[in-house]
Amino acid sequence: MGLSTSSNFAKPDDAFRAVVEAHRGLSDEHSAELDAALVLILANHIGDIEVLREAIALAKRRMVDASQQQQQQQ
Amino acid sequence: MAQSKAQFGYRRHADQDRTGGDVAQYPVVVVGAGPVGLSLAIDLAQRGQPVVLLDDADRIGEGSRAICFSKRSLEYWDRLGIGQRMVDKGVVWSVGKIFHGASQLYQFNLLPEEGHKRPAFINLQQFYAEAYLVDRVGELVPIDLRWRNKVTALEQRNDHAVLTVETPDGSYRLRANYVVACDGARSSLRQMVGAEFAGQVFEDQFLIADVRMAAEFPTERWFWFDPPFHAGRSALLHKQPDDIWRIDLQLNPDADPVAEKRPENVRPRIARMLGHDKFEFEWISLYKFQCRRMDKFIHGRVLFAGDAAHQVSPFGARGANSGLEDAENLAWKLDRVLRRTSPEALLETYHSERSAAADENIRESTRSTDFMAPTSRHEARLRKAVLLLARETEFGKRMINGGRLSVPSIYDSSLSTADRDAWRGGPAPGASLPDAPLGGETAYLTEVFIKAGTRFTLLEFSNGAAVETPDDIGVIRIGGKDGLSDAAGLAGARYDAQPGTAYLVRPDGYVAARFRHPTRAMLDAALARAAGHN
Repeated sequence: MGLSTSSNFAKPDDAFRAVVEAHRGLSDEHSAELDAALVLILANHIGDIEVLREAIALAKRRMVDASQQQQQQQ
Repeated sequence: MAQSKAQFGYRRHADQDRTGGDVAQYPVVVVGAGPVGLSLAIDLAQRGQPVVLLDDADRIGEGSRAICFSKRSLEYWDRLGIGQRMVDKGVVWSVGKIFHGASQLYQFNLLPEEGHKRPAFINLQQFYAEAYLVDRVGELVPIDLRWRNKVTALEQRNDHAVLTVETPDGSYRLRANYVVACDGARSSLRQMVGAEFAGQVFEDQFLIADVRMAAEFPTERWFWFDPPFHAGRSALLHKQPDDIWRIDLQLNPDADPVAEKRPENVRPRIARMLGHDKFEFEWISLYKFQCRRMDKFIHGRVLFAGDAAHQVSPFGARGANSGLEDAENLAWKLDRVLRRTSPEALLETYHSERSAAADENIRESTRSTDFMAPTSRHEARLRKAVLLLARETEFGKRMINGGRLSVPSIYDSSLSTADRDAWRGGPAPGASLPDAPLGGETAYLTEVFIKAGTRFTLLEFSNGAAVETPDDIGVIRIGGKDGLSDAAGLAGARYDAQPGTAYLVRPDGYVAARFRHPTRAMLDAALARAAGHN
């Protein structure tokens, strides 16, 4: 079982909204702390090191691609 | 402050009177009489090899240095005849506690089950361990321990090495079939072979203080993150014999080493930690550390062991213990190669097995160090999240890394025969023998292994007629009419035993092969492989 990237929530907007709302009103520092805790809780829930590694690779690839595109546009 | 704990005399040896090309030759010269060199020399001598052991000093050093000796090390020292003395003097412990701020987060027990001869750990000052080893060396005729003998040059030849040794009487030369360098982190032999010793340097500084006091703390390992007495850093408290307590404090990377080491600066910090100032200093030391290893532990006729070959951070007690594992791994192989009962290629497995173990130790201790000293703001955030989650979740507690304590590696080795039968437990090939009580309360499997000769041994669970075994191996039989009793059933459980189950054990107490129903041909093949004939 690899990382699932199909849409798993019946209402994806609810999931996105839940995360966004958790950050509302927080300073950047507190947001970063919240994310750190959230990542660890969710990683443990997944409980599969290969899935975690795939997720990290996907996140890194996307973020690096995006920042390269930004640089090209500048 | 502690002075040197024992002084030994330099004595001139007849080898020093030889001149010109007349140079004494020995099968093995061990360089460095620390815990690793001493243990290796004893092991080789007990196997019948004459050993010359050289040390450039003439005393056992200042300070407690290594203090945690693992179950595995104690079992090894039992084989060398000095385990009991170490345990009698040492402080036995198996429980560790982790604190964050003022509150306890987590408690772990490193040996939560009964039926083992030795505890998870003892704490014992390194100078005691060395003194007992030196005493044991004195009982063994084949070891010639020469103090104030400093190796200053090395020449590698095809089938031996020549050492130039400097003494108070001038220098002399020694020939050795093999040289084992156990001369520590600053190994001069390593420089002589021109080997790289690269790795990761950690910037954080740690202060070790050994203090003498009468205290009621339990004999446990206590580790604090961000304690009230040392805000923002970590601290460790550990008991040693003689009412000595080891305190380890993490300092800031930019702390001034000279100022930090002054007793008047250390004292208030420790008084805050202990809640009183009724203590005396035994030893204060400041250190930074590196995690690194040599690419190859074998250079021609010189083999490297212990800190000379690999260095780790101290968190996890993986320094001295892994050095002792090097010694137990190397001694029997060297003995067999010198006797020509195994090919020289057997020594290559010393490098492959122990360099993999060094990698594992470096990985574990680097992770501990990174957890204690996060290297970026976000790493610090992740650690904070773990510490806070640990207050209410089990996974958080398990993620806290205040040092993962030394356990023996499982060797992925060419000496092992892969399992062909089905197993639901028990030590796999490459794993060390778990202990178990046998034949009454006082006998343990680790003791029976010594009685069987600390050599290739077949551990079999009886199934009527005994398996025909090769002549030169030891046999331990459990159950049946003539076997040892496994009254508690622990041996059977720990070895996933059924009638007929047999483990072929290496002379260092690691599993080479295991079978549900071995035949003589299967044993012969596994034995040949384990002895390096494949």
